Amino acid sequence: MQIGPQRTKAVARVLAVTAAGALIAGSFTACSTDNSGAAAAGDVTINVALAANPQMKTAESLISDFEQKNPGIKVKFTTLPENDLRPAVTKDVATKAGQFDVAMMGSYEVPIWAKNNWILPLEDYANKDTAWKKDDLLQPIKDIVSADGKLYAAPFYGSSSFLFYRKDLAQKAGVTISQTPTWEEIAAAAAKMDDKAKGTSGICLRGLPGWGQNLASLTTVINTFGGRWFDENWNPQLTSPETTNAVKFYVDLLRAHGQADAAKDGWEGCLQKMSQGTTAMWYDDTVFAGSVLNSATPEVKANLGFAMAPTGPANIKSGWLWSWGLGITASSKNPDAAWKFISWVTSPDYIKLAGQKAGWDSIPPGSRTSTYDLPEYKQATAAYAGLTLDSINAANPKQPTKDTVPYTGVQYVQIPEFVDIGDFVSQQIAGAISGTQSVEEALQKGQDYATNAVKSAGYLK
Amino acid sequence: MTATTTRRAAGVRAENHTPIRRRRPTKRLKNTLMGLGGWLGSLIFFLPVAYMLLKSFQTETDAAEAMPKLLFTPTLANYAGVFQAGFWPYAINSLIVVLASTAVVLILAVPAAYALSIRPVEKAQDSLFFFISTKMMPVAAAIIPVYVIASALGVLNTLGILIVMHIGMNLPLAIWMIRSFMQEIPEEIMEASAVDGATRWRAARSIILPLIRPGLASTALLCAVFSWNEYFFALNLTNSTSTLPLFMQKFLSFGELYTAHIAAAATIVSIPVVIAGWMAQKSLVRGLLFGAVK
Amino acid sequence: MATTITAPPTPSPSIVRELTRVERWKARGPLLPALIFTILLTQLPFALTLIYSFMSWNLLSNKPPQFNGGANYLATLQDEVFWRSIGNTGVMTGVSTVACIVIGLLLALLLNHSFPGRGIARTLAITPFFVMPVAATLFWRSAIFDPGFGLLGWLARQVGLPAVSWLSEYPMAALIILLTWRFTPFAMLILIAGLQSAPQDQLEAAKVDGAGPLRQFGSILVPHLRPYIELAALLLAMNLIQTFGEIALLTAGGPAYQTTNITYYIYLKGFNSFDFGLASALGVAALLITIALILPALRLLSGIFQKEGRR
Repeated sequence: MQIGPQRTKAVARVLAVTAAGALIAGSFTACSTDNSGAAAAGDVTINVALAANPQMKTAESLISDFEQKNPGIKVKFTTLPENDLRPAVTKDVATKAGQFDVAMMGSYEVPIWAKNNWILPLEDYANKDTAWKKDDLLQPIKDIVSADGKLYAAPFYGSSSFLFYRKDLAQKAGVTISQTPTWEEIAAAAAKMDDKAKGTSGICLRGLPGWGQNLASLTTVINTFGGRWFDENWNPQLTSPETTNAVKFYVDLLRAHGQADAAKDGWEGCLQKMSQGTTAMWYDDTVFAGSVLNSATPEVKANLGFAMAPTGPANIKSGWLWSWGLGITASSKNPDAAWKFISWVTSPDYIKLAGQKAGWDSIPPGSRTSTYDLPEYKQATAAYAGLTLDSINAANPKQPTKDTVPYTGVQYVQIPEFVDIGDFVSQQIAGAISGTQSVEEALQKGQDYATNAVKSAGYLK
Repeated sequence: MTATTTRRAAGVRAENHTPIRRRRPTKRLKNTLMGLGGWLGSLIFFLPVAYMLLKSFQTETDAAEAMPKLLFTPTLANYAGVFQAGFWPYAINSLIVVLASTAVVLILAVPAAYALSIRPVEKAQDSLFFFISTKMMPVAAAIIPVYVIASALGVLNTLGILIVMHIGMNLPLAIWMIRSFMQEIPEEIMEASAVDGATRWRAARSIILPLIRPGLASTALLCAVFSWNEYFFALNLTNSTSTLPLFMQKFLSFGELYTAHIAAAATIVSIPVVIAGWMAQKSLVRGLLFGAVK
Repeated sequence: MATTITAPPTPSPSIVRELTRVERWKARGPLLPALIFTILLTQLPFALTLIYSFMSWNLLSNKPPQFNGGANYLATLQDEVFWRSIGNTGVMTGVSTVACIVIGLLLALLLNHSFPGRGIARTLAITPFFVMPVAATLFWRSAIFDPGFGLLGWLARQVGLPAVSWLSEYPMAALIILLTWRFTPFAMLILIAGLQSAPQDQLEAAKVDGAGPLRQFGSILVPHLRPYIELAALLLAMNLIQTFGEIALLTAGGPAYQTTNITYYIYLKGFNSFDFGLASALGVAALLITIALILPALRLLSGIFQKEGRR
């Protein structure tokens, strides 16, 4: 009973060893499944790192159009969720590891990486590529993906923030949501539309820790309440009366009429709730309008309304400004091919192609003026396209707050240290949202941490 | 055996009702309760998996409902979605990494275990100690230099670096387990294998290896499971050429509902390991049991 | 019981020494590949971590790494989140290990008796250990813990209780529940092996002597199971200390770092904030603390298991 199986096992072991050896030897080369087929001379493969959003998925599915127009260039995609894309790409560009030729990067990263020479300037490419129509880009969006006036990333989409709300639930509760609401109105409306018995929350706001999660929404509220992150001399202002009021407002609103277990919800959670009808309002990114409409229940779809980002006592326009752009890494060995891909996927022609193939509410919005002139797009997105454009144009990253600030950025602070500071503060805020600590405690801890951080980074003397 | 004696005793002492009648139903009651308890416990543990399986066949809208829907129109769209999202390259990568790393782990561990049990070197305890201590150290402490070195060598985003890291991850456990199986081999056989130099290797192979086969199987299985599910190294050292745990992240999709898709993806990626685990559970138990059988 | 087998006796002293040396190297031979591999893979990076920990090296600042003395260590010792993460690691590992052993023992006892369908029940019970952790965590997060959409919330509402906001109010509990669910089957398997190898003759003798099941359990089974329990505990602790995926995907270490363990904290500092110097110092500190706590326990345990192993 032992010999037969034993010998087979021995043979199997030897085979496995040989196979393993061959595999190990071969697997130390980063061989791609595409390359093996198209290994012809002159063929170039570019590696593209993307965030996993529907617009990018559409681009992936339409890649044959690019490859037809550019024979000899093959594209290999790496798709990651936003929170993981950032660290992965940052690691790559900072250590010049060279894993990516093209990377999707946020408007927060672009100026920092440009200054560090981690990405290549695109100004020359853009100027020579007249078909790409550089001047068609929306100015505010173009500005936030540039550094020193030079373009460093091609905007894939641009966005601001606004309010989503259910017209039917508002009507039932007897509230009217104006097109330019105040946070006071919204809080009152949330109280009226909150239906705990039915399991519908009055509002859904981001609570998940992360400088790009709960802090994004919260910072715009801070701004419009008259608060700010730092004063002119870089003293942190987290414990100032205006900032404290703003954060208290946000946390109290969330705890009283927001979604349950709010500290675990980022935009993903709220998007799910909005489209499933378990929340009456949602304050978040304009780019989700298409997604919500796509995945909403019929009841939600028929009753979805939009309004400008609510303002606070300081009456500052509070929509944020954001863009995901595509840049060329400094360690890329094929910058020209990389530009060809970038140019294709951010061009007006691509937008038309995606609209025809994938539907007009899933094209990348907010990047070009021409998009908003397309009759099909105007028709399909009548409910929110105008508001989106208005919100983008109203945002002012150079002066986002009531008092002057030494930094730029609406929903973040454009310094490299902000990821660290922001993540810490956002964790404390999540603690306040979940009831583990008071707002004052959270802000004091944030204040201390931020003070240490800007002192050791040299901003605060 | 006790049942028959009780029955016989019952026949003998028929007049004396109470003790016997109370004894048998109590025992059966106890057995039934234990059986029920066993089933209850198992079902509680299996419930989340069953729920996951259920949700994987629902539409996203159905899946997003809190109430567990038992009546619904099943759909395979989620599974189709998973396969269309580029599942196969990742699956093949996972397979390669698991097979290669487990094979190498066994190849390195068996001789090492031998040298730590049957023909121990001096300071065998210290070596064993050293191996196990590497397993307890927070791997996060070493990841930065590993990243830097891998980047310098240009092996980031390859399967090779994952294979190497998985070998390091599983080797201490494998050495420890195989060593304990070897320790259970009766003295006389060990004496025989320790006789003279030339045939020692062959003696070891043909005598010792077959004896620890169940142990090798269960060790290989455990290593394979840990390697298949490994996330930390995959996350930090690779991106496009990567394994299934990283593929799962695609389902943290931007702007989309995902519960049913996650359920489908989770089911697919878990199937091989779960089936292997089911089939090998006897071997796993026997392997661990092997040490104690006289 | 002797664990070493000495080489066969040899005649004269000088020849003894030489043979013994050759013998010794031959005996070491099989061990060397594994040993060298492990040394390279673990000690070399640790050495580098030590070096980096004395440098000020933040990728994002684009300044080249510079020696900064013990500044990183000072920062670490003063970092409240660091100490909290150590505490969290202890709680997470300790509670989960104990829970796994206790529940695992209970399940093992139940599933050791034969009853109809025992094989199937056992098979179902071990499934959680084999489901991919990343996948399971994502699913638990949205379909079980979510108070609105999840199963636990729904069950609570059916019974009239308010749905618990697990990930906000009881994140550590949620994490421990998830980890216990995943690892109990593993403990159960080990303990079943232990139960099946229980000395039947002693148990029979005790039964004849009139000892009740509790007494049998206490004085025979428990001592017999001790090495199995210790083995299970050690294996569980080894895995639980390194918990990363569950934390990253369930709670992102929060809220307010309540569920950040040392592995996750090092990851945050190293690959989120990109402060390689500080993250390395954290790594070294974590190492030292782990060494101080674990190794004495390890010595004790491996000695016991070895002794018990030989029959």
